Amino acid sequence: MPRKVADVNAGSMADIAFLLLIFFLVTTTIETDSGINRKLPPMDQLDDPPEIKERNIFEVLVNKYNQLLVEENPTQLVDLRELAIEFLDNGAGEGEESCVYCQGAKDPSSSVNPERAVISLKNDRESSYKVYIAVQNELVAAYNDLRNREFLRIYPNLNMTYVEAQNQYDDPRFDVEIKDNLKPRLDSVKQMYPQKLSEAEPSKASRN
Amino acid sequence: MSKFVKKKSGDLPAISTASLPDIVFMLLFFFMVATVMRDSTLMVSNVLPTADQVQKLDKKDRVLYIYAGKPSIRYQETYGDQARIQLNDKFADVEDVGPFVLAERASKRQELQNVLTTALKVDGDTKMGLITDIKQELRKVSALKINYTTRVGSSAQNLN
Repeated sequence: MPRKVADVNAGSMADIAFLLLIFFLVTTTIETDSGINRKLPPMDQLDDPPEIKERNIFEVLVNKYNQLLVEENPTQLVDLRELAIEFLDNGAGEGEESCVYCQGAKDPSSSVNPERAVISLKNDRESSYKVYIAVQNELVAAYNDLRNREFLRIYPNLNMTYVEAQNQYDDPRFDVEIKDNLKPRLDSVKQMYPQKLSEAEPSKASRN
Repeated sequence: MSKFVKKKSGDLPAISTASLPDIVFMLLFFFMVATVMRDSTLMVSNVLPTADQVQKLDKKDRVLYIYAGKPSIRYQETYGDQARIQLNDKFADVEDVGPFVLAERASKRQELQNVLTTALKVDGDTKMGLITDIKQELRKVSALKINYTTRVGSSAQNLN
């Protein structure tokens, strides 16, 4: 009669697996980051920057007490988006500079055409990053609102806004075919309200 | 005492735990696949500001991270409480940003080197001066695509 081989006790298997499980649970970060995408201007500057008329510039200043000065008026952050939309959508231009799709007030002291309109953002070195992001967010929102409006107007059968379409375009899970379809439409709307957001060069004097 | 007489007792049979390891392994594999390891420990406080006009930052292999903020409490004795930059696992100065980006870029695959995004994970209470300096350094090495990483929420939350 052969001797019985003792069974290996598998009871601790669960414990080992739990240990590993807990390790991976702790180290897991499933959520993806998100944020505001920006493109910095290249370092080599043009020798003579193009001349921009005062009326086509929308000036936003943030001082070191985190207060906003928009077009030389103290402003609250909640009003910034509305003001930026008014400026971008003004479309007071005539002839070659006219803007057929703008729905703004055509105020002669404001921008002639969204393609000419530039938003200039300048912030003090002492202002806080939170406020900077809030301002950036509102300005991007102004562009997105206008693009959404035009996208819905021109492509009503797509049943989505510009932002939704852009997200779909950026999402790697979607079909290449759908994306190829979206691309020219997105570009055409982008062209109507190009994002011209310029940030002031840091002045040498204020650096320490 | 016959071998074939079943023991009869009123007790409930014990629930078999033999499948427990299988279940746990299943969970384990899920988390192993879904895990992305944090590649650096945070040494700065990092409460990101909120924004709602955000775009997702997919594809982790083409992103490099720059952290900035006040040093965490346990580093404050050594490094002070002024906002600092953290690159990988070390505190760094503004001048180190350029070489860091170049080194990171060189370590990526050829076809990714031109599509890299620099994610700035900066604490909301940092002064803009530091961020302006970082941005100037990034421009010097032409790392022009940046992403201000934020939490999702209304931008008005930043003001209080």
